[in-house]
Amino acid sequence: MIQRRQQVADRERPAAEAGPGWRGPNALFAPPQTPPAEDAERAARATLRAQIAKLENELSQILADRFPFIAAPPAFGPAPAAPPAGPRLPGLGELERSRDRLATRLQELRSRAERRSENERRAAELLKKMELEPGRYKYYRVPVRDLGQSGCGVWEVRPRLGLIGMLAGWWELTLSSGCP
Amino acid sequence: MSGAERLEPLVGWQAPQVAEELPGLQLLYDTVEVGRAGPLTGDSPPDVQARLRELSNRVRGARAIGIRREPVAAAYRVFFRQVGMDPDVERTPIEAAVLERMLRGGFLSGGLLDDIMLIALLDTSVPIWALDADAVRGALGVRQSREGEPLGRGGDAPLLPEGRLVVADDDAALAVLFGDRAPGHVPRARTPRVTLYAVQVPGVPALFAEEALWGCAAALRSP
Repeated sequence: MIQRRQQVADRERPAAEAGPGWRGPNALFAPPQTPPAEDAERAARATLRAQIAKLENELSQILADRFPFIAAPPAFGPAPAAPPAGPRLPGLGELERSRDRLATRLQELRSRAERRSENERRAAELLKKMELEPGRYKYYRVPVRDLGQSGCGVWEVRPRLGLIGMLAGWWELTLSSGCP
Repeated sequence: MSGAERLEPLVGWQAPQVAEELPGLQLLYDTVEVGRAGPLTGDSPPDVQARLRELSNRVRGARAIGIRREPVAAAYRVFFRQVGMDPDVERTPIEAAVLERMLRGGFLSGGLLDDIMLIALLDTSVPIWALDADAVRGALGVRQSREGEPLGRGGDAPLLPEGRLVVADDDAALAVLFGDRAPGHVPRARTPRVTLYAVQVPGVPALFAEEALWGCAAALRSP
């Protein structure tokens, strides 16, 4: 069984060593001295962080589900005059910008996913028709990737027995591996 | 496992503003006496190399694709965003390791200590870092840096901008959170004691962080 020694978080430390925001020892347990506006801003930042978490998880879900048909869009470039990269406590404005960019990216991915789903549905319908009436869809081809499947196979309506089938009107739906 | 070998990770302190803004962030650390005979930066012994090979075979493209959906890995992605980093630019440790595996065709050995930390990362998705324990003064914690504060105690320490989240001891910043460790504080070949630390973020069960630390500590202690 793993044991843990809990340390007191607000141990006494010189103010200069604790960095910005250090309010002296026992600050965690001291009565709140922050003005209401600051509290509201902190709550807004917490809300934005929760929104960012939700957006990021949705984004990851789409990318993982639809790989390789929907690739991750390029990463956000550094905004002009943005603070240097690295872990920090972003302010309200930076969190808002981050949330908005994630939302835009998610919207774009969702619309790409919807378009992709619609194309797959159409390809599946066409494949069904090719199977039912191969004679009407001579030489039609549907790659399996268009159906949302992995691999490089291609469904194709071809004449059975080559020239004989072509002359006799014997058409069939075949799946070629298509792989080089 | 005997009582002397039990892992008792310490919970790091946090500056109040960090604790207020990032509830759920926790630094766990422990100091370990190195029991391995070989140098920490030298070739890994056969047991560690075999484990790396096994992990190379186990971690394939499917995991690389699905890793964003794994709860612990996803928690680090989210946390990166929440502290102003883009995980598609500055990759989370587990994603960086898996990407490296894909690019290189396997997990290549980088020395005993690095290999042990990599194995813990791959097993738990929780990153571990190591510091020279004799260069750590007091307890570790997380705070923001001051403008121009040096990273480490060395004369050639790089200077930090204000507000960077750092892992610090009583009087110096020793590492950027999820980033570089201070020059002079990274364990060397014959460092006898190392301080291992894990950064646990919201959404990561404590058990995972403790398991990662335990895995590293046990591997370092075993002769």
